[in-house]
Amino acid sequence: MTAHRRVGDALNAALGTLLAEDPALYLLGEDIADPYGGAFGITRGLSTRFPRQVITTPISEAGIVGVANGLALAGDKAIVEMMFADFVALAFDQIVNFAAKSTTMYGHPVPMPVVVRCPTGGNRGYGPTHSQSPQKHFIGVPGLDVYELSPLHDPVALLRELLGSGRPSLLFEDKTLYAAPLRPDDLFRVTHHGFTAHVRVDDDIPADDYLIVAPGGLTGRATVAMRSLLLRYELSGRLLVPARLHPLDLDPLLEAATSTSRVVVVEDGPPGAAWGTEVAYRLQRALWGTSSGPVRLCQAADGVIPTAAHLEREVLVQAETIVRAVLEAHR
Amino acid sequence: MNDDDLRLLLLIRHFETALLDLFAQGLLSGTTHTCLGQEPVPVALRPLLHPDDFVFSNHRGHGHYLARFGDPAGLLAEIMGREGAVCGGVGGSQHLKRGRYLSTGVQGESLPVAAGTALHLAHHEPGRLACVHIGDGTWGEGAVYEALNMAALWRLPLLVAVEHNGIAQSTPTAAQLAGTIAARADAFGAAYLYVPADDVTDMRDLLDKPLTRVRDGGGPLVVEFATRRLGPHSKGDDPRSTVEVDQLRAADWHTRYAATLGPRFTDLDAEQRDRIAAVVRDVTGRAPVRERR
Ligand SMILES: Cc1ncc(C[n+]2csc(CCOP(=O)(O)OP(=O)(O)O)c2C)c(N)n1
Ligand SMILES: [Mg+2]
Repeated sequence: MTAHRRVGDALNAALGTLLAEDPALYLLGEDIADPYGGAFGITRGLSTRFPRQVITTPISEAGIVGVANGLALAGDKAIVEMMFADFVALAFDQIVNFAAKSTTMYGHPVPMPVVVRCPTGGNRGYGPTHSQSPQKHFIGVPGLDVYELSPLHDPVALLRELLGSGRPSLLFEDKTLYAAPLRPDDLFRVTHHGFTAHVRVDDDIPADDYLIVAPGGLTGRATVAMRSLLLRYELSGRLLVPARLHPLDLDPLLEAATSTSRVVVVEDGPPGAAWGTEVAYRLQRALWGTSSGPVRLCQAADGVIPTAAHLEREVLVQAETIVRAVLEAHR
Repeated sequence: MNDDDLRLLLLIRHFETALLDLFAQGLLSGTTHTCLGQEPVPVALRPLLHPDDFVFSNHRGHGHYLARFGDPAGLLAEIMGREGAVCGGVGGSQHLKRGRYLSTGVQGESLPVAAGTALHLAHHEPGRLACVHIGDGTWGEGAVYEALNMAALWRLPLLVAVEHNGIAQSTPTAAQLAGTIAARADAFGAAYLYVPADDVTDMRDLLDKPLTRVRDGGGPLVVEFATRRLGPHSKGDDPRSTVEVDQLRAADWHTRYAATLGPRFTDLDAEQRDRIAAVVRDVTGRAPVRERR
């Protein structure tokens, strides 16, 4: 990975790497063929390089995830691109009832190497049906893994992990990431503990004022918040970004959470049986009886995502929303 | 009709009858859907399908399984949750997987999946096909149309075996299906064949050439089997009048062959009845299946 590349380019290159190394891998999706290369250009060049493996499809979300499931049953692997994450609702049955259940419901393990990529989230003015972050609808489904793309995780390693696990998975990709740089901010150091990325100022400076836990799509906004917390309020903390949202590896989060009394879990979706709620509950339960304060949640507003930029900003989590949540924890 | 075909028809018939008996005795729990009356469909298809073909079955799938594997004990053990269950007792009657045979309980869901396996076959195993069984009522599901569109577009080796028994759970076809299945196939440019599911030899004569065309890259084929559901939808749920069901029974192959085949039929009928009775004794005596890890 070169430093100047954008996340979208890295993802495009990663898909090419995987298709080249595994002829059994297919890539399916609407309008993904060249010269168009997908609604966000993430598959550009791939249908030209891999004409048998890269298949542009009719507008049939359930159908194409079903085809991916069939390929997996036949011993192949498949990555499906949803044009917008909102549309994954149309493939709910194929993902939840077929792919996830098939891994165990036949009494013996059935590998289902299927990845459904979902361009997620707002801040692009696409309006209520093209901006949602529907991760929570897929959390806690037995047999199903939920991942989120970040600028901190190498997409080649990530996709290899997803396809190699034998379990079907969703990969949520915040659309604003596609144009984002691979390193969010040179002020911070990034280390990795397994698939959890740690972001902090410097090893020599204490970073115990707060802990932010956020999915990959919020990396940029969270680091902007961290910069402002440091420079304006002299608060130094850490950000943890787990690549796999579910099932969640709590240990790295817990380790970081024990060194601060202010934990804020951030997510860009509305409240109510959400990923953040689950993480906060598990952290809180593990921290019970320690000197740690309440685990806080910072979520999007409880409403649809408006189209007009100023209205959309108010609904979604912004860097300032995160700053406010951390400051609130300090009151 | 040769003896083997008749044996298989009777094996399925007695298996399904035994299941309803076990339910009546309170020895089975949950639910099950018998294919009483529809046995000729899997029996006719048996020699036309290859072990490397995929078969996607549905809720009414015991006949499909028995025609492919001839394994009533494994299936009954699965349905009863006993040792020897083919899917460890997790799947039960309508969630079976064994090699390239798979069934699942969500209507229409398996069509796009079958299309996916057909895509694999088209690329890597030309000459093989994916066969997917659906009922007339399942044409209400959008997934069926998405799959047919892709299968026709990509000329996939897909056989859609529609078992049109005139009813979907409690709803007669006339109350749930506008237009025709033939016109639906035609709309996608898919081949279509109407096959009365009465005599398995006649059925094979009709199926032989069109199936070869599917295998040779001619694209999907929709076969509409005209058949009858003699039993309830699942266990005791049949809103049809006894007059109506009696008419179906009068036209059933079992009634016809009993009247026309004489002692050959009587002997084989007794043989298969005894075989199933022994399977029932064997399986009901087995211990509950232990969880497989
Ligand atoms: C998606 C879905 N909706 C409803 C059902 C409940 N259900 C099971 S079988 C059935 C009727 C199916 O009718 P048909 O396709 O004609 O098949 P048949 O039972 O006649 O063989 C229904 C409604 C289901 N299993 N899946
Ligand atoms: Mg029917």
